[in-house]
Amino acid sequence: MKQEFTIIIFSENHVGLLNQVTTVFTRRNINIESLNTSESAITGIHKFTVVVVTTREQVDKLIGQIEKRIDVLKAFVFTSDEIVHQEIALYKVHTEALMNGNEVENLVRQYGAQILEVHRDYTVIQKTGHKHETQELFEKLDKFEVLQFVRSGRVAVTKTNWEQLATYLRSLEGRNKVTE
Amino acid sequence: METKTELIVEKDEAKKIQMSGSHAVIQSLLKEGVNLVFGYPGGAIMPVYDALYDYHDRLHHVLVRHEQGAVHAAQGFARVTGKVGVAIVTSGPGATNTITGIADAMIDSTPMVVISGQVGSPLLGTDAFQETDVIGISQPVTKWSCQVKKAEEIPAAIAKAFYIARSGRPGPVLVDITKDAQANMMEFDYVPVTQVRSYQPVPTPDSDKIAEAARLINLSKKPLALVGQGVMLGGAEKELLKFLEKSGVPAAWTLLGMSVMPSDHPLNVGMLGMHGNVGPNVKTNEADLIISFGMRFDDRVTGNTKAYAVNAKVIHFDIDPAEINKIIYADVPVLGDIKETLPMLTHMVSNNTHETWVKEFRACDKIETQKIIQPELYPTKEGITMGEVIRRVSEAMNHDAILVTDVGQHQMMASRYFKFRQSRSVVTSGGLGTMGFGLPAAIGAKMGRPDRQVVLFVGDGGFQMTIQELGTIFQTKIPVKIVLLNNNFLGMVRQWQELFFDKRYASTELINPDFQLISKGYGIMSEKVTSRDQLDEAILKLVNSEDAFLLEVVVEKEGNVFPMVPAGASVSDIRLE
Repeated sequence: MKQEFTIIIFSENHVGLLNQVTTVFTRRNINIESLNTSESAITGIHKFTVVVVTTREQVDKLIGQIEKRIDVLKAFVFTSDEIVHQEIALYKVHTEALMNGNEVENLVRQYGAQILEVHRDYTVIQKTGHKHETQELFEKLDKFEVLQFVRSGRVAVTKTNWEQLATYLRSLEGRNKVTE
Repeated sequence: METKTELIVEKDEAKKIQMSGSHAVIQSLLKEGVNLVFGYPGGAIMPVYDALYDYHDRLHHVLVRHEQGAVHAAQGFARVTGKVGVAIVTSGPGATNTITGIADAMIDSTPMVVISGQVGSPLLGTDAFQETDVIGISQPVTKWSCQVKKAEEIPAAIAKAFYIARSGRPGPVLVDITKDAQANMMEFDYVPVTQVRSYQPVPTPDSDKIAEAARLINLSKKPLALVGQGVMLGGAEKELLKFLEKSGVPAAWTLLGMSVMPSDHPLNVGMLGMHGNVGPNVKTNEADLIISFGMRFDDRVTGNTKAYAVNAKVIHFDIDPAEINKIIYADVPVLGDIKETLPMLTHMVSNNTHETWVKEFRACDKIETQKIIQPELYPTKEGITMGEVIRRVSEAMNHDAILVTDVGQHQMMASRYFKFRQSRSVVTSGGLGTMGFGLPAAIGAKMGRPDRQVVLFVGDGGFQMTIQELGTIFQTKIPVKIVLLNNNFLGMVRQWQELFFDKRYASTELINPDFQLISKGYGIMSEKVTSRDQLDEAILKLVNSEDAFLLEVVVEKEGNVFPMVPAGASVSDIRLE
C-alpha cells in the first residue's frame, strides 16, 4: 500500500550531492513530492528532507541505496505520525482585495496567517502549516485572485529528543576515530 | 627530462617536495602501488602525459586505441589481480567514452580508478572545447566521483579514490582533474586514506545471525549454496571450501562466481541462471534452504522471483546492506566481510554429507548431459558447435587458463563448457552485458597475469565493437589468445528471434569482413578453421604460440544455447530445447 514517507538524509556538504541523492529516486521512477535542504544541527553536516509517496518495501530499498552513496552519512525514514512537520506558504494578493470588505482579513485571522508586507498595489500573506492547510487558504484566497503563490518543501523534526544522526556519529566514534 | 626525474627521486626523500599537479598524479599512483595504467592522451590531460614521460621506468602506460578499451582493459586487470585497475583519459569525448566501462565495473563490483582530464577551472561551465560534465554523467554509475580544481588537492583525492574503489564492495571511482590543477605547483605529501567518515565499507557481523544461520543449516535436509563473485572479492575461497566440505552443502555458482572453486569439485553442482545447469535451477525450488554467499539475485539468476526458492528459507551473506531484501527476502541476513563471517559459520555447522540430495543434482546432470551436453560437445552433425571448440581449448590449456569472454552465445557456452582449477580465472561482463568488453579485457587480464594463459572467446559481433584494440596487441606484443567463434550472426539475439519473435531475423545477420586479412594487417598470427578435422591442430597452434594468436572458427550458423530459463519464467521451467 502506498503512503506518505518523510526521508531525512544526513550528508557531507559537497558540490553535486543533491544530484547524487536525487538520481537514486530518478532511477526508480519515484517522484519527489517535496524537498528541502539545509544545514543540520551538527556542524558541517547537511540535511535533506524528502517527501515521497510509495510503499514501505520500496522506501526501505530506497534508504539502502541512498545510504550506499559514499558521501551520505545516514538516512532515516518516518511516517507522518513519527515527526512534527511544517511547510510555509506565501500568497501575494491585490491590496485592493484587502481594502474592499473584511473577507480577506477574516481569512487571515481564521487560518492563523500573517500579513508580511502591505504595498500600495499588493499584499503578501504568509501561512505555515501542513500542505492541506496552506492549500485550503490558497483556494479561499484565489477568489480574490492570488497574483503569486509559493510553498516551501517540508521541514520536519522527529519526536525523539536528539538528532538521530548524533547517536549514529557517537556509535561511529566508538568504533573508529572520525578523521574528517 | 631525465634530470627532472632524478630531481624528483632525490627530493622524494624529503617529506614534502615541490612539484606540479601532474607529477603529483603520478606520484600518488606510485604510492598506491600502481605500476600499470591504460589510457589515451588528449588536450586536457596532456600535463599528466608529459609527467608520465618522466616515469616510464616505474609506471607502464598502455596506449589503447579507444578510451572504452582503456577502461575494459583496466577491468580485466583488476578482475584477475584483485588490484585496482587504472585508466587515464582526456576530457570531453575521452571521458564520455569511459562511461560504458565504468557502468560495467559498477554493476560487476570491479575496483577501478579513472582519471580524466578536465578543461581549466576558469572555463568550467562555459561549453569550452572538449568540456563535458563528466561528474554529472558518471555519478549514477560510479561508486564515487570528484572533481579536483587545485593542484594541492590531488594527492588527497587520489588517496580517497583508491580507498573507496577497493574497500567494502569494490567499484569504479572517477577523479576529474582540471588542466590548471595539473599544471600548477604544489607541495607533495601523500597520506593514504584508511577511513571516510560517511562511509562504512564493512558492516560489523552479528554473531546472533550467524548462529541462526548455522541452526537453519543444521536442520536443513535440502540446502543449496549460491556462490557469487563476493567470495572471490573477499578472498574467501578456502573458507568457502571448508564450509562446504564440513556441511556437505552442494554449491552452485553465478556467472561471476565461476572459478571460485574447482569445476570438478564433488560439491560443485554447476551454474545458476538463464543458461546455467538444470540441477541448480530446478533444485532451487526443491531446496528447503538457500544460502547465498556474495551474490545479488540478479534477474538472470532468479527468473520470476515470485516463483523462486518457493520451499526455502533464505540466508543471505553480503557486504552490502543494500543487497539484503532487494530482490529476495532474506530470513537471515548476515552482513560483514565474508572472510570473517564464513569461518564463524563453519565453526557452528555440524558435519554432514547430504549424499542423497547431492545425488539428485547428479541425476539432473545425467539428463542434461544426454539431451544437451553430449550433442554439443560431440556433435554428429557436420557443423562445428561452439561448445566443442570451447571444451577442446579448455582441455588443451589443461583446464587452467584465464577465460575472458565477450557477450552473447559464446559467453554462455564458455561459462558452461570451460573448466577451472583456480580462482579469479574468469573475466566476463555479467551485469551490464557489454558487447566489445572481451578483447580489451583480455589485454588487461594478460597484463595482470602474464604468468598464465589468457584465452578470449569472442563472437563476430562483439569482436567488431572493439576490434581496434588489435592495434594495442600489435603495439604491446601482448600474447593474448583469441578464439573468434564466427557464425555470421548476432547469435544470442537471433536465438531470441527464433524462439520468441517467429524467426523474424531483423538485423542480426552480419556480412563480415575477412578476419584473417584484418589479423594480418595487425601483424597477428591467425588461422581459420571451417571443419572439425582441422580443429585440434589449430588449437594446438593457438595454445603453443608464444605470441598473440587469432583462431577463427566458423561455427554452426544457427546453433542455440540450451538449457534456457526464458526471461520472466520460473527457474523450474527451464527448457531443454
